[in-house]
Amino acid sequence: MADFISGFWNMYVMVLVALSILFCVFVLVSNMTKREKGPVELHGHVWDETLAEYNNPLPRWWMYLFWITIFFAIGYLAIYPGFGNSNQHRGQWAQYEAEMKAGEERFGPVFAKYREMDVMAVAADPEANAMGKRLFLTYCQQCHGAAAQGAKSFPNLTDGEWLWGGAPENIKETITNGRNGVMTPFGQVLGADGVKDVANYVRSMNGLAHDSVRAQRGKDLFANNCVACHGADAKGNPMLGAPNLTNNLWLYGSSEATIIETVTHGRNNKMPAFGEFLGQDKVHLLTAYVLSLSKK
Amino acid sequence: MAQSKHEKIERNVFLMIVLTLMTVSVGGLVEIVPLFFQHSTTTPIDQKGNALAVKPYDPVRLVGRDIYVREGCYNCHSQMIRPFRAETERYGHYSVAGEYVYDHPFQWGSKRTGPDLARVGGRYSDEWQRVHLLNPRDVVPESNMPAFPWLDRPVKADDIQDKMRALNKVGLHKYSEEEIAAAPAALEGKTELDAIVAYLQGLGTAISNFR
Repeated sequence: MADFISGFWNMYVMVLVALSILFCVFVLVSNMTKREKGPVELHGHVWDETLAEYNNPLPRWWMYLFWITIFFAIGYLAIYPGFGNSNQHRGQWAQYEAEMKAGEERFGPVFAKYREMDVMAVAADPEANAMGKRLFLTYCQQCHGAAAQGAKSFPNLTDGEWLWGGAPENIKETITNGRNGVMTPFGQVLGADGVKDVANYVRSMNGLAHDSVRAQRGKDLFANNCVACHGADAKGNPMLGAPNLTNNLWLYGSSEATIIETVTHGRNNKMPAFGEFLGQDKVHLLTAYVLSLSKK
Repeated sequence: MAQSKHEKIERNVFLMIVLTLMTVSVGGLVEIVPLFFQHSTTTPIDQKGNALAVKPYDPVRLVGRDIYVREGCYNCHSQMIRPFRAETERYGHYSVAGEYVYDHPFQWGSKRTGPDLARVGGRYSDEWQRVHLLNPRDVVPESNMPAFPWLDRPVKADDIQDKMRALNKVGLHKYSEEEIAAAPAALEGKTELDAIVAYLQGLGTAISNFR
C-alpha cells in the first residue's frame, strides 16, 4: 500500500474508511429506541387485513454486537495496516521478514554447526544425513528418485560412478551451478552403418552381445571420432561430463537401438543450478548426503 | 423519525436497489480501486521497487500458456507463492504482483493437488519436463498427476496472430506488427510439448530465486 502513484490515494482510502465507520455509528445511533412504559406501540402498517407488528427495540445484546464490530474496526486499524498507509511495519512483508528472522535464529545454529565441518565429516554424521535426506526428498528426488536410484537420463547417485567427478568439490559444483552434458550428434559424420559399428564396439567393451566384425570396424571409428571426449581407453572424462563407456552403467540404456540413437542424434542433458535457490548451507548438507549414498 | 424513512425505502424498490448498491460498493472502492493506482500492481517491479526482468510472452510461450489453460493445469497447480517461510523455503522467493503484469488472465489458481509452479522455470531440465508431461510416473513413480501423452503433436498455429492482437487490446505489452507478422514462423515445426515446456521454463525466472 505504500506505493500509491500519488498522495491522493492515501487520503482517498482514509476518508472513505473514516466516513464508512462514522456512517455505521450514525445508523446505529439514529435507530436506537428506548422501551417506554405501558403498552408496546404498533408499527403503522397492517397486512392481510389484521396482521400488525410490535415496534420493540432491538435486544440489548444485539445492539452491543454492533458496537463491538465498530470498536473492533477502530482497534484493528490502529494496530494493522488498512487506514491508508498506516502501520506498514505490521504488513504482510514485515510479518514475513519477522518469520524469516525467527527461522534463521532457530535453524541458523543447526546449519552453522556443519558449515565449517569438512564435507566428508558431515557425510559421516547421522544427524546431518537425516537433514540431507529431507532436503534431497524435497528438492532432488523428482529427477533422481526417492532412493537416488536415478532413471533414464537422470543419473543414479548410489553407484559410485560420477559423470562430473565424485570429489566433494565436484559434487558441490554440480549442485551449485548445474551441469550441461552435451553429446554431439555423429549421425552425419559416421553414417547409419558407421553408427551401428560404433554401437557394437561400445557394447563389446561392456561384455554385452555384439557383432564382432562390426565391433572391429567400430573400434577404428571410435579412435577417430570419440576419443577426444571419451578418452582413448573409453574411460570417459569428468571435465567434460563424458561418461565412462566400459563400466556397463548406462544413463540412457544399453540396447543397441538406444546407443545408436545416442550416437546418431547426440544427447543434451541438463542438471539445473540450485546454488542460488538453496544457499550454501543446504548445498553443503546435500553434498554430504549424496556422498554418503555412494559410500554404502 | 426512522419509521417513515424505513417505510419510504421499503416501499420503493428502485431507491432500495440504489442504496444497496451504494453500500456494497464501499468495499470495492476502498479495496479494489486503489490497486489500479499503485506502482507495484501496474508495473513490473518487485516489492522493494526494483525493476523486474519480466518479459512479455513470445509466440511459443503464449501457445504454451494456452495449452496450460486448455489442459486445466490450474486445477491442481497454483502459481502464487505466499510470503510464508514454509513456502519460500520450498518454492523460492514469494510472488509479487509485478510478475503477472503480462498475464491475461493470471494463473494463480487456488488449489494445490500438485506443487506450486510460480517458480518452476529452470528447476528441471527440458528433458525432465517432456518425460514428466508425457507420463509423470516415468520419473516420479509416486506421482498422481495425469499423463498428457497427446501433447507430442504439432501446435495449432493458425490463430496466433489473432491472439496477439486480442492481447494488445487488454494487455500492458503491445506486440508490434512485425512481432505479429513473425509469429507463425516462430511456431513452425513446434510441438505442443515444446510450447508448454517453453512456457514452464519461463515461469518465475524474473526474480532471483532466493531473497
